[in-house]
Amino acid sequence: MKRWILSCLMFFAVPAHAVLNIEITGAGEHQTPISLVRFSGDAAIAQGLLELVSNDLNRTGLFKLIDPAGKSPHEPRDIRPAEWAGVEAVLIGTVEPQAEGKVAVKFRLLDLVRNAELMSQVVTAKEDQVRAIGHRIADLVYERLTGSPGVFSTRIAYVSRDAGVYRLVVADSDGDNEQALLTSREPIMSPAWSPDGRQIAYVSFEKSRAMVYVQSLTSRQRTLIADFPGSNSAPSWSPDGSKIAMVLTRDDESQIYIANSNGKHLRRITYSEAIDTEPSFSPDGSSLLFTSDRGGSPQIYRVSIEGGNAERLTFESGNAFSPRFHPDGKSFVFAHFREGVFHIAVYDIESRQTQILTVGGWEKKPSFAPNGKMILFATELQGRGILATVSSDGRVKQKMVAQRGDIREPMWGPFLK
Amino acid sequence: MMKKLILGVLLLNLLAACSSNPPKEETMEPATTSAAEAPAADTQAAADAQAAADAQAAADAQAAADAQAALMEKNSVYFPFDVDAVQAADRETIMNHAEYLASHPDVKVRVEGNADERGSSEYNLGLGQRRAKNTKRALVLGGAQDAQIETVSYGEEKPRCSEHNEACWAQNRRADINYSAQ
Repeated sequence: MKRWILSCLMFFAVPAHAVLNIEITGAGEHQTPISLVRFSGDAAIAQGLLELVSNDLNRTGLFKLIDPAGKSPHEPRDIRPAEWAGVEAVLIGTVEPQAEGKVAVKFRLLDLVRNAELMSQVVTAKEDQVRAIGHRIADLVYERLTGSPGVFSTRIAYVSRDAGVYRLVVADSDGDNEQALLTSREPIMSPAWSPDGRQIAYVSFEKSRAMVYVQSLTSRQRTLIADFPGSNSAPSWSPDGSKIAMVLTRDDESQIYIANSNGKHLRRITYSEAIDTEPSFSPDGSSLLFTSDRGGSPQIYRVSIEGGNAERLTFESGNAFSPRFHPDGKSFVFAHFREGVFHIAVYDIESRQTQILTVGGWEKKPSFAPNGKMILFATELQGRGILATVSSDGRVKQKMVAQRGDIREPMWGPFLK
Repeated sequence: MMKKLILGVLLLNLLAACSSNPPKEETMEPATTSAAEAPAADTQAAADAQAAADAQAAADAQAAADAQAALMEKNSVYFPFDVDAVQAADRETIMNHAEYLASHPDVKVRVEGNADERGSSEYNLGLGQRRAKNTKRALVLGGAQDAQIETVSYGEEKPRCSEHNEACWAQNRRADINYSAQ
């Protein structure tokens, strides 16, 4: 098993925002050998980009980064394939200053096996957006070499709890660049991304009980969309963004309802005498997965958005919680509690097979990256809640250790459109 | 009133059917207050009687305050793992609060349900809501009025104890009868 500790690299990469150390274990079944050459031009920006792209690619476990060993080509004509034995692809590029504090980053990805250019692009941005450029480059390299879009430019949301203060945080997918959307003395739960990535629905106890709010990431404006008597919780957006499924106890038990995304036109979906909770829309918008203890213990069920009979999907020993669909709709991830610990597990709907991906611990609230290749979840290290990811085949794992606070309730955001 | 209390006790016995503890003997101490008898023969006697009555009133007020303090000291009921039925062990706590609420119809309380961490936060929110609701139901059966009691769930969000062991979880699986939240 290969093992990298990237914290030393992070020091160079993003000194101003380095709030997380990342520890990676495991490797993909096949690792593509790739060399990243530091771009020419502004040395600080070039170094920052190199570290960022290296870290992004390393975290997937799908690449073997090979040191260029002093070679520094910046144009295709500078590359002599004989000098790059064992390297399948090389990333080269230039950083050129532009007017008004902008930079133009031109980069190319070359396939040394087929002797072909896989990609050539120019990205222009302000100097302080180097992180965004680096993630974008890593996304494109990942896509060209694996066939799936990269998710390094996407964002995640989670709740941090520190000395009695709760914060709803939005951060880059590597956990860096944190921004607090809400700070409260009362608990915050269950952040849920709108499909366009512009709004987050969540549960806040600021009015002394659970109510559902929707907040814009750009204007920061927020709307209270459910404040019925009892608890209002577990928001989940429909794929087209027009509806929100949520759980209300206004008619006694925790039951699932669907409303327009402004909370209007409420419609009850489940009718049970059990706890029905954690609805999650299927990618085609036609059905919901949810957690219910109607069969005696909490397990995962599926129901049409028109309501009607629910179908039980998991028959696990122990309990199953927090289902979230894979983007292809063919499987879902859930938190499996058995023999005193939680595991992250994936259930394949057609074969009805469950695959456990993690060794177990206080592992909760999993969600897929929008490309379906990684799963983000909450776990614990030395008594503190932290973020972790596992590749969807279970081979590559990473822990993201925040320097402060207890981290809970993560949710991976969508592709930004 | 007494009928209601008996009904409440019976219900709690039924609710406790799954508990392994044998139900304890129910001994409800009747709250006795002796009214001062003071026939006013002359003004001195009247003044004496007034002083005695004042002293008695002060003693009564002190007793009431003590009783309330004792009541508040025990305002939590506890639940087994993934169970939301009020347990026999908490019968006395429930009946004491129910009686107090019945005799103080202006007092309002909030019953706050909680859960241990062995579930998802959302499932635990539902479980805490059930625990709060069943605690309220027991209080109402004991004589409290429905309108006196609001229920709320904190799920696993406000643990009293944060270690991963049964001693800790047992403290977190509870409903609190909160008099100061209103």
